[in-house]
Amino acid sequence: MGAKILLEHIDKPGIRGYDVYRQNGGYRAVEKAVKTMTPDEIVNEVKTSVLRGRGGAGFPTGLKWSFIDKSNPTRYLVCNADESEPGTFKDRYIIQYIPHLLVEGMIVSSFALGANTAYIYMRGEFRWLFPILQKAIDEAYANGFLGKNILGTGFNLDLYVQSGGGAYICGEETALLESLEGKRGNPRIKPPFPAIKGLYGCPTVVNNVESIAVTPWIVNNGGAEYAKLGTEKSPGTKLISACGNINKPGVYEIELGLPVEEFLYSDEYCGGIAGGKQLKACVPGGSSVPILPGELLLKTAAGTPRNMSYESLSDGGFATGSMLGSGGFIVFDENACIVRNLWNFSSFYHHESCGQCSPCREGTGWMEKVLHRIEHGHGNQGDIDLLVDIAKKIEGNTICPLGDAAAWPVASAIRHFRDEFELHVKHPELVRHHYMNDYKAPVLQGA
Amino acid sequence: MSEIKFKPETMAQVEAIIKRYPEGRQKSALLPILHLAQEEFDNWLDVPVMDYVASILSIEPIEVYEVASFYTMYNLKPVGKYVLEFCKTGPCCLVGAEKIQDYIQAKLGIKVGETTADGMFTLKTVECMAACGYGPMMQVGDHYYERLTEEKVDRIFDYFRNTDPSKVYKTDPLTVAGLN
Repeated sequence: MGAKILLEHIDKPGIRGYDVYRQNGGYRAVEKAVKTMTPDEIVNEVKTSVLRGRGGAGFPTGLKWSFIDKSNPTRYLVCNADESEPGTFKDRYIIQYIPHLLVEGMIVSSFALGANTAYIYMRGEFRWLFPILQKAIDEAYANGFLGKNILGTGFNLDLYVQSGGGAYICGEETALLESLEGKRGNPRIKPPFPAIKGLYGCPTVVNNVESIAVTPWIVNNGGAEYAKLGTEKSPGTKLISACGNINKPGVYEIELGLPVEEFLYSDEYCGGIAGGKQLKACVPGGSSVPILPGELLLKTAAGTPRNMSYESLSDGGFATGSMLGSGGFIVFDENACIVRNLWNFSSFYHHESCGQCSPCREGTGWMEKVLHRIEHGHGNQGDIDLLVDIAKKIEGNTICPLGDAAAWPVASAIRHFRDEFELHVKHPELVRHHYMNDYKAPVLQGA
Repeated sequence: MSEIKFKPETMAQVEAIIKRYPEGRQKSALLPILHLAQEEFDNWLDVPVMDYVASILSIEPIEVYEVASFYTMYNLKPVGKYVLEFCKTGPCCLVGAEKIQDYIQAKLGIKVGETTADGMFTLKTVECMAACGYGPMMQVGDHYYERLTEEKVDRIFDYFRNTDPSKVYKTDPLTVAGLN
């Protein structure tokens, strides 16, 4: 059993409501922060914690906060609740079951940043979560934790929930800000970074739900305590949303550094591969990160057991490693078709490309088209190399990381499963299947 | 279509939303207001509706069109009474979404993008809804229907066909009719 920070009280009946949340130590961090700490002290605690942004990029949160331009009195905190990375459903879990944790985090984080207005940008499809989150916000107002002169300290904060309109790209922080300003979600060219010029041209910090939800614990216990958990480079805990062909899909809080094998096979977490089948592959950090064959998921190329941390999952670089990313842990069993999955993901990125940069707008469409024909038995010799080539030309050539996110899965799937692609091209009759999960690897004569 | 105007209670919501942003930044209210407009005006955004929203926010109509056409949740043509937003992204397919989609299409006799002859259901496929651990899934109105099976799909369609439309979605979204 690892430490629980976010989900410590998740099983308490009524934790969604203010009273139970408060009885379990809720809003103590707000009291401590606004009454006994300076904003800089909080920023320093978060820096000391070495908390890394939980949205996927893993950039240190405290460092991001320290970039905010304090010369401008109007600053904003915006929470990114646009959760839409395939495989990722952890932020939804926090909002659904323990919304006050996010509200409390927004208050202490806003205080640290000197923001008097904060927005939670939530994907529009989560409209069923709006009443839950709004109720938590209303309760915080009613109890003096939001609004004017919070706890008599003179600190003012208004917190609003903003609805998105359905666009994956709005999870990119500058696209999110554009969207919050009522525009299309086209990512901005950086620099300037949001910390200098963000919402309405003012200094702004955009943080993921999970990152913000951790801050009350850090305020209560100190950054040094947080840094003691997990590994040196990946301190703390992380929510992992596990899905695909496993016995127990769901959201788990793990202490970073947990062996991947334990996470995948132990009954406390994923409970092993469903239906007694064999592990084939895994995308360990949301659809954008490289896919790993089963053996490279459990052990690095050097043969050391891999664990759930930023550094261990990326060990070996993109040649033999992947990334922790958003914690969207997608497991593929022996009957999953890697080609069909890649076609599916490419179709996703093509659909979600904002269209601003030609390499991404055109390249994602080409990759989808080529993969469609390979999967449907009409692939040409040379298509596989063509895909690698397109992916290479997208990567690094776009304003935002969506281009990279579309390219990495293609490059890695072909790197590790080239045989399966070749089979689809050369012997489509041997691999005919209708769905993602009814693929049977053929037994080749003489193999 | 009769005169396009929000009901007074919706107008009050619109005004409250605009107040969330600094003076002169009312355009920020566009996405939330388009959701309200869609809900109030037959579940889609006709050009006169978008023009009306532009006039409320004192922005150019093109600023509304370009936004409405960018985001997938806004319907730019008429849809059925209930829109089935079926997740087609990888993790759901790993647990059988494609088969359930085939079943829904056969059951309703429509393909993706089409509406049943009785105007009851429109089938849309959507990208990841952050329900990957609970797939296959679809969203209908305010509710996520997860861990879909063919039998469950039957029950859901029966529920919509047999429920007074004014009562649909009004129950606690987490426990609607035991369908989750």
